[in-house]
This record gives sequence, C-alpha cells and structure tokens, in this order.
Amino acid sequence: MTRADSTAPPGHPLDPSGRTVLTASDVSRALRRIAHEVLEHNKGADDLVLLGIPSRGVELAHRLAGLVREVEGAEVPVGSLDITMHRDDLRSQPTRAPMHTTIPPGGIDDRVVVLVDDVLYSGRTIRAALDALSDLGRPRAVRLAVLVDRGHRELPIRADHVGKNLPTSHSEKVQVRLAGFDGIDDVVRIAGGDAR
Amino acid sequence: MSTLLLAGPTWYAADGTPGRGDVLLRDGVVAQIGTVDAPTGAEQVDADGLTLLPGFVDLHTHLREPGREDTETIASGSRAAAVGGFTAVLAMANTTPVTDTAEAAERILDLGRAAGLVDVVPVGAVTKGLEGAELAELGLMHRSRAGVQVFSDDGHCVADGRVMRRALEYVRAFGGVVSQHSQDPDLAGPQACCHEGEVSGRLGLPGWPPVAEASIIARDALLAEHTRSRVHVAHVSTAEGLDVVRWAKARGIAMTAEVTPHHLALGTDLLAGYDPVHKVNPPLRPAEDREALVEGLLDGTIDAVATDHAPHARHDKEQAFVDAAFGMLGLETAFAVVHDLLVADGRLGWADLSRVMSTGPARIAGLAGHGHPVAVGAPANLVLVDPTARVGVDRDASQSLSRNTPWHGQTLTGAVHTTILRGRVTARGGEPTTC
Amino acid sequence: MNRHLLSSADLTRDDVRMLLATASEMHEVQRRDVKKLPTLRGRTVINLFFEDSTRTRSSFEIAGKWMSADTINITGKGSSASKGESLRDTVRTIDAMSVDAIVIRHMASGAAHQVSQWVDASVINAGDGTHEHPTQALLDAYTIEQRLGNLDGARVAIVGDLTHSRVFRSNAITLRTLGAHVTLVAPPTLMPSGIGPWATTDGLTLTDDLDAVLASGPDAVMMLRVQRERMSGGYFPTAREYTVGFGLTRERLRALSDANLEAVICHPGPMNRGLEISADAADAAQSLVLEQVSAGVAVRMSVLYHLLAGEGVAA
Repeated sequence: MTRADSTAPPGHPLDPSGRTVLTASDVSRALRRIAHEVLEHNKGADDLVLLGIPSRGVELAHRLAGLVREVEGAEVPVGSLDITMHRDDLRSQPTRAPMHTTIPPGGIDDRVVVLVDDVLYSGRTIRAALDALSDLGRPRAVRLAVLVDRGHRELPIRADHVGKNLPTSHSEKVQVRLAGFDGIDDVVRIAGGDAR
Repeated sequence: MSTLLLAGPTWYAADGTPGRGDVLLRDGVVAQIGTVDAPTGAEQVDADGLTLLPGFVDLHTHLREPGREDTETIASGSRAAAVGGFTAVLAMANTTPVTDTAEAAERILDLGRAAGLVDVVPVGAVTKGLEGAELAELGLMHRSRAGVQVFSDDGHCVADGRVMRRALEYVRAFGGVVSQHSQDPDLAGPQACCHEGEVSGRLGLPGWPPVAEASIIARDALLAEHTRSRVHVAHVSTAEGLDVVRWAKARGIAMTAEVTPHHLALGTDLLAGYDPVHKVNPPLRPAEDREALVEGLLDGTIDAVATDHAPHARHDKEQAFVDAAFGMLGLETAFAVVHDLLVADGRLGWADLSRVMSTGPARIAGLAGHGHPVAVGAPANLVLVDPTARVGVDRDASQSLSRNTPWHGQTLTGAVHTTILRGRVTARGGEPTTC
Repeated sequence: MNRHLLSSADLTRDDVRMLLATASEMHEVQRRDVKKLPTLRGRTVINLFFEDSTRTRSSFEIAGKWMSADTINITGKGSSASKGESLRDTVRTIDAMSVDAIVIRHMASGAAHQVSQWVDASVINAGDGTHEHPTQALLDAYTIEQRLGNLDGARVAIVGDLTHSRVFRSNAITLRTLGAHVTLVAPPTLMPSGIGPWATTDGLTLTDDLDAVLASGPDAVMMLRVQRERMSGGYFPTAREYTVGFGLTRERLRALSDANLEAVICHPGPMNRGLEISADAADAAQSLVLEQVSAGVAVRMSVLYHLLAGEGVAA
C-alpha cells in the first residue's frame, strides 16, 4: 500500500459510493488460504518470521500467525517493519513520524521472512521494505503475502501469496478495514473511478 | 552676489504665527518678505505648498574622518547633511586620531569648508584620546580657528567624577559646554548591547539598565550645579534619565538635553530579529521610555533633536548582534522621521519643530548664524520642506558612504525639498549641489 | 514544520510530539548492528561550530552519518575580534557550496537567527550564546518522558544560573508546550532580566527557595551548570555559598526522594560535581544524565529527518 488513503487512521469514513469486493468472511477465507500456502511452500513452520508492514499489515501478520498456530500448532514469531525512512518519495510530501519496527527476538538472519501487507500496488513499499530488511540482517529468503493485489506495478515486484487479485484503474481507491485496527468488520471496498 | 527668490512658502514665527508670501534672499541674508517680483538674474524656487524653516542644526554626528574614510568622509557626510536639510552639524571627536588638539579641530573645520555644503563644527574631546583620564587641550581648541564650544568624549562616558568636575569648571571660563554620553560603564558588562529588560532577558542579550543612564545624568546635574557650568545630555533615552533632566531644570541647573529620532520612534520590539542595524548606544528602549521622550520633547524638557549619525561599514555590522558595531545613519531621515511621527498628526507644531531642530541646538552650540526664524535681516540658513510628500527610504540611494539605516524600505511622510546655506542652495530634490 | 530550527518556540505541540515519536524509532536504530538509514542520502550537513563542544558536535555528526547524510565539521573562527570575514561572509561562503543544512553553534545569542537570514540552507541552532538550544530541550523532554511518561501536567523545576542559560530558555518553552508546569529556582542575581513580567506571561513560577520546591515533590529537577567565572562577575560570593543555597546536595537528594520517590534528576552537562550537583545526585538511580546523552543522537536524527527529508527543502 503506497497510497495515502489506505494509511488513513481508524474510523476514517468509507466512501459510501464504493462497492464491496471482499466481505468479512471473504477476508477470513483468504487469510486461511494464505496461511496454508505459506506453510505448504515452506514445508512447515520452521524458521518462518512474519513481518507486517504498518499499519494494517501488522494486524494481518498477527492473524496469519494465529492461523498457523491453529493449522500447524506452531508458534511463528511476528514483528513489524516500518518503511517510512526508506521510501523513495520522501521529497514529495511532508515528513511524518515513522511507525514501529519490531524485530522478534530471534532476529531474521537465516530465516524465511514473510512480509505481510494489505494492498500491493506500485511495489514501491515492498522495495523499501526489502531495503529496510537488508540493514537488519540476512534472511535466507523473503516472501510476500498480501491481502489484495490491485495491479499497476511500477517495479519488478511480485507477491507470492495473494488474497484476491483486484484489477483497478488508477483513479479508483482501494479501502481496507480490519476489525482490530479499525474497530469495524473486515471489509475491502473499491471507490471512485467511473461511476458505477 | 547671489539672489534667490522663494515663491510662496509658508513659515512660522517663534510663537507659532504662520506667515505666507515670497521670501527674497540676497547676499546671504533674508532681504525681503511679502509679495516680491523676481529681480533679474535671480534664481527662483517655486515654494507653493512648501514650508520654510530655519535650517536644521545637528548637535551630534559622526563624520568618521580622519580614520574611517571607508565609512564616511566630511565631504560625504556634508552631502548627507545638506540633503537632510541641515545647515550646521557638530562633528564628534571620536575619530582616529581623536580630535583632542587645536590642529585636529582646525583640520576638520577646513575639510568642512572645502566641501562647502554645511557648516561642520568640530566637537573637541573632553579627555586626551577619549581615555577619560586627563583633560584634553580644551582652551587651545576653543582659541583655535575652529572656536570649539562643545566638548564630548561621546562613544565613551566621562565616568570619573573628578575628571568631569574639572572639565565643567574649565569650560565655564569661555562658556563652553560638555556633552556627556551618559552611561555608567560599571553598571553593565563589557558585552552589553541593548536595553536590559524582558526582551533582552528572553533573547539572551546582555544589556544596560536604565539606571546606568539616569545615575550619570543625576551626578552630572549636581556637578553642573556645583561648578555653575553647563552640561548637555547627549541622546537621552530613558524615562528615568528624562525625569532627572526635568528635576535639574526645575532647580535652575544649566542642563540641556537632546534626543535622537530613532529613540523617539524605534523600540525593543525590533530586537527579536537580532538585526544589527538596530544596535545602537544608548540602546533602543521599550514603549514607556519612548512615550516619555515624546512628552519631554513636547514639554520642552528636551531642547534638541540630534541624529547621532553613525555610519558603519557592512563588515562591521554584518556580525553577530553582540559583536556588531553600534550606531545608525540619521542625517537624511531625521526630518522625515520627526515629521511623520509628531508633526503630521499635530502633536508637535512647526514652531516647536524649529525650536528642537534649529533654534535650540544652535543656541546650545553657540552658533550665532543658525536657527533664526524667517525674518528680514536673518542669515539665510534655511530649509524648504514638503509636509505632504511621501518618500520611500532606500539605503542604496543614500548620500552617505554607509548603508546602516533602520528605515530602509519604509515610507515616511515629510521630505526636505531645498536646503539653503547663506543664501546658496546646497541640496535640491534629494540631491546635493556641487559648489 | 519550518525549514529552520532556531528556537524551541518554532515548534508547535504537534511538531514536538512528532519529533519525539520519531526519536523513539531512531533510538531503536542505535541498538542495531547496522546503524544506518538511507533517508538523508545525498544531503550535505555542515556542523559549523564557533564554540567548542565535543559532546554536541559529535552527537550531530553521528546523527547525520547514521542518516546517510554527508556530514562535515567546520570550526568557525572566533568572534569579530579576530577580524577578517564578517559572520555573513563566512556563512555565505559555506552556503555557496549548496549545502542542505547548517548546524550552527556560536557564542553570540541570536547568531542562528541571523545566519538563517543570510543563507538558503536550513539552519539548525545547536546553541547560540545564552539564548537557546532547541535540540537539548527536545532530548531533555524525550528522556524525561521515557522514564516518567507524558509530561502533560508534570511538575518540573529548573535550578541554577538562569541568566546565562540557553538550556533553560529552550526548556521553559518546550516543557510548557508539552503541558508541564515549570518552576524556576535561582538566586536573584541569576534570574534573567525582566523575569517578572516574563514569568507572568508564560506561566512560570519563580522562587529562590530550592528546599521548598524539593519538598513539594516535583516530577523532575533540572540542574543547570554554574560557571565559576560568575563569582568574579559579582553574581554570587563563593562556590560554597552557592552550593549551600542552590546545590543538589546529598541532603537535598534525600529530601527529594522522600517527597517523590519517582522524581528524576537531569543535567545538560558538563557537570561541576560538588558545585551545583553532588556526586551522589549525579550518580543516583534517579539521575538521567547518561540517558540524556544517549537520547541526543536519536533526537538529532529526528530533527535532521524532519527538517531535510520532506517537501520544500530544495529552495
């Protein structure tokens, strides 16, 4: 997620003229599938570290960890990776305070880091995340899990695990709300663009 | 013999009575007043709508020559003075070398005459080298061609009571006067650079408390009384100091006082910018002091407006505030500032303006030829001013060699139109004439 | 935020909160193996120090380097007494090299403000005479909040040579911005001029009774350095008399702990152990002196980031 709308604080009103593309149960199912995929690809939970990208990526990372615990009975370390200081567009907007970066106690060296974010768009956030990660250690591998891939990549970045592919136009906004972070039922909506 | 006709100005008698008509100047004096036909060959000035005043007399300027000719010379200072409407200026003694001998005083007199745009009257130092210890050759300076009447260590205070007493006693012999830069150096640290008060406290700038000025004025008043001599307070800046002057005058002490235009108009609120153009000694003061000074000017406690014109090179001003040189330009803006502040809204009448900018200072300095109200037979040391002209101050257009004016970029109401020294035009339309 | 940081008054409450929040994240970078963020890569920061200060200068230097900025130290020549260039010429020469920021420390109050009028670069005041030291106030606030939580409503006493202290001037502003109640304690000769109306306008409490203030159990006590030269200036008779009246002695440390066990002690350093602060107080568990130093780098990283990384910088 690189666009300002998806970092809006909790309670920011949803655009009423938008349409829902994922309901709460859709989100739940998507996350469960992603958890299975991660475990399948990794052949288990060993050496996994989930790092969510603030803000909503962190909640998603925690939820994935919970699902892994359910499915595999394993505790996967969870943390957060803020990318504010590594953005490539710092000069074009006012500065804001970075959010928390918390690396779990075991670190990331020789681990399989799964970056978790809500929306994948231009790919610049993930590039910044890879940059941030490189100063924190040397993972054995880095994977990307996102709830929504809305296309329009500007860099050669690809998600390994996608909740939903959502073709969008640039004029549209993707709005993600999560129960924990936003205090309302999970939902993903698209708003703006041509009237629909 | 030059003849000059001023056509149709307004003027004011000493009691404020206005007059209007033509004024003919011939051979350096006012020859005729009334309806005058222009004589053949006479230069004419259309003075309709203008006010004719006695030429201004400045008791306090720094012309920097000899020693700092990069900042001002007697010639450039004369040009600034003429443009400012002055027909006489007193040049303070803190040059390099100091004006503490007859020869030095005569040199300044001669340089002023050579420039020929204003009467440059040398001020003699009170003490040798301005060191405050031994009296300078006061008598010889007085007897010289320069005829020095006013003595001052300005820049420094004559802080030693014994020295001040001896100086006052000494000059009494020839009716001289000591102009004191009233500021006790012991009441502030060596880095003092502004008024000591809330603003300086917040800004972290070391300052002079008002008592540093008032205590010296009080001591000097009593010394003047004791010695039966004349003392003049240079650039009074505080309400406390002014109160002492008032007290001294009520007591019959021969004390006079001058105030600068910048102390009337500018205050400590300007310090927040830390702009060294506002750094001056004595410092700018808060509003209460400015209001008291205006009161003192209006009620006659203050006898004169004096500019304390202090040119400085850019590199001496473009330093940190505490390190920068003290002083502001003043000759070219004095009339406009005083007019804009006090005459335009009627607080100060024209007759009173002449009292403080011409007659009063001329009397204090003993200049017989200056400060005369417009009357037949009076020396033609005059200035025509335009009360309605609005002029923008542009430091780069200054006649001075320096640029440190605090008025740059401001628009003031009231401009000098033509300055006349002994019947000859020395400045016209903001430009000095060449002689 | 402004492009300069000249005075603590330049910062709104939101600005301070943002700077402190960022400092917290920067502090975490300090604990990593790779102490580097790419954020200010390509920016040039000049540390122009006219006044000696190993502590502050190295703090700014490290902060700049950890942010990947090119950081260069220049020692400014003394006051205009050692003539030659005017201050304006000196800084314009540096500015002509198209640097992004000038961090300036100078003996003269107002120097940073004046310099900001003469250059295109962003100017950060690292201490100007007896005027202000905004990054010190930020790191003091940060350090106290790390220990005590939010400063809103907290009671802070600032003790010592207020007249000559830039740390006091900046702290009085920042603490009030964050909602703290500030009490100033000093002998009359070391209270700044005009402090009466100043205190009334700004809501500061004044007293010369340190014991009464300590007995009231303040949340934080900030001891200021007293220079021994003040004795020859007639500000107070002897070091002994100063310590008895205004020093944080062992007895006073105990009185403070009795009144408020959680109270913290700050000192901007360098300390005159035995004069304004006893060894016991300096080394006490409540003393934040070392944490203040550690916080300095994080706070300065935060300041450099917020001043230089965003929009409107390339002026």
